[in-house]
Amino acid sequence: METDLQKNLNLDPKNNGMKAEKSLSPFQLAMRRFLKNKLAIIGIVILSVFVLVAIFADQIATHDPIQYNMTNIEGKASSEHWLGTDRSGRDNFSRLVYGSRISLTVGFSAMLFTVLIGVTLGSLAGYYGGKIDSLIMRITDLMLILPFLLFVLTIIAILERINITIFIVIIAMTSWPNLTRIIRATFLSLREKEFILGARSIGASDFRIIFKHFLPNAIGPIIVNATLMMATMIIIESGLSFIGFGIPQPTPTWGNMITEATNLRMLEGNPEAWLPPGLAILLTVLSINFIGDGLRDAFDPKSNY
Amino acid sequence: MHKYIIRRILQFIPMLFLITIVVFALAKAAPGDVLSGERLDPNIPAEVYDMRREALGLNDHITVQYWNWLSSVATGDLGTSMQYTGRSVAELINARVMNTVYLSLFALGVTLAFAIPIGIYSATRKYSLFDYGATTFAFLGLATPNFFAGLLAIYVFGFMLGWFPSQGTVSTVGLSGMELFLDKLKHLVLPGFTLGLASTASYMRYMRTEILEVKGSDFIRTAKAKGLSNHSVLYKHTLRNALLPIITLLGLEFGTLLSGAIITERVFSYPGLGQLFLTSVQNRDYPVIMAINLILAITILIGNLLADIFYAVVDPRIRYD
Repeated sequence: METDLQKNLNLDPKNNGMKAEKSLSPFQLAMRRFLKNKLAIIGIVILSVFVLVAIFADQIATHDPIQYNMTNIEGKASSEHWLGTDRSGRDNFSRLVYGSRISLTVGFSAMLFTVLIGVTLGSLAGYYGGKIDSLIMRITDLMLILPFLLFVLTIIAILERINITIFIVIIAMTSWPNLTRIIRATFLSLREKEFILGARSIGASDFRIIFKHFLPNAIGPIIVNATLMMATMIIIESGLSFIGFGIPQPTPTWGNMITEATNLRMLEGNPEAWLPPGLAILLTVLSINFIGDGLRDAFDPKSNY
Repeated sequence: MHKYIIRRILQFIPMLFLITIVVFALAKAAPGDVLSGERLDPNIPAEVYDMRREALGLNDHITVQYWNWLSSVATGDLGTSMQYTGRSVAELINARVMNTVYLSLFALGVTLAFAIPIGIYSATRKYSLFDYGATTFAFLGLATPNFFAGLLAIYVFGFMLGWFPSQGTVSTVGLSGMELFLDKLKHLVLPGFTLGLASTASYMRYMRTEILEVKGSDFIRTAKAKGLSNHSVLYKHTLRNALLPIITLLGLEFGTLLSGAIITERVFSYPGLGQLFLTSVQNRDYPVIMAINLILAITILIGNLLADIFYAVVDPRIRYD
């Protein structure tokens, strides 16, 4: 009968534990470190709750979120309307529930699109260098000089009419420069490595080198920045919706809901109308930041943040 | 170093031109022009309309138009507003720009006054209760959208406690001297802290990280080995080096503050450039929109330039070639 001690000591010479456990890839090691991070796990739990609410919005909501009712505007919280009603008599609770769907989707899509642009331009600049690099970097510098919010609002003013898709495109087209710089820097640090030289010398195509050799090695910074960017996107969406230039009404988003509080009477008398969506944004952004910081520590254990 | 500064200034000039080109292109992309209104007026014959277009140079080649626009901007002529008929853009901006400057400076002051001491204290007592408290505050500060923080501030300090006014810049007309100054200052408290919240949170973290980083370097070990007091190691050696990147970042912070001011000013009905910008976007008053874009972009550009030059001057370790 084998005891626990024997098992742990691996006395069996044929199975000394080295063979049985396949060595972990850097990615798996990072994931292991990540799962030990308490704040990151809290973040995942909170975010999961919001994602579940977004998925099951149809079941959770008590009313139609865009059904107006002019006989019951700016209503207080009641058993019928748990968080009261807004200036058009729409149910605040249902708007909060559906708002999670819109706010998370817009934040996620805008992030995805930005990462796509940022990684593509950063890869091109970092891989090819030379004229392509200087052209992309000049555009990046220029974009970073332009005051972000002003620039976005100017484009919105020129386009006159916007919907969710156009909104996401505008945000993505103006948010890529930081990511481009990070990816380019990562690529530049990899360029002179031996394995890249090896891949080149056996005649691998540019496309293959970028996808098989550069990008997998840049996966850490990409994932970390993408995560943190999603939090930024949610804040940007809510801010623009709040000032009335984001997702047009009556589509419920958290930022749209807080617009109610621009009316001082609502701000003072009906905190149940604007406090919950504000807290929802805060909690979502907080949990995404926890996850992002956890990922950064996991991918780059030396970082001091 | 002088060479570096000269080169840096030389890089500034093409950037400035690029910005004017972008703003001009945006202005051209905007629908309508100065005469769009007249075209719709049936009493004005088409020939008159064409003549006026010709006279204003709207039929010229695009480069000629750009040059004419640039030379008038250079002399301070930013065009006329479309929403406030007959008023020049420069006049509208002049009336509000100082309010935004006060607000941004107040927010910057808040950031420096809180972020630096708290960052230092956190770093010297790493993982203490204070450090955890500061970290929690930083996380919350970074996760709270500017406008939500502003609404909370109005609700708590404006309504519930009644400590500070939450709207506008002055309570009543007719104040003067010290009274006016104090009244204006009071009106700055809530929007100023709101605008400074996010940067305070992030600079606190920067400061902490920077100090911890410098603390680990060789010259600090040398200073300790010489037998210097903890106080002198912290303030004479660590802090001086840790503050450098922070001051550079401040040059870049200008853009963030000015952008953030747009939303903060809306929340507090504070009559600054941001408020003017938002009403202009609402009313599609393109001349005002473009002028504010241009002014802020140039301000940010100058901020970056000064930050780079400052860094080159104060940190001799960095060699530029």
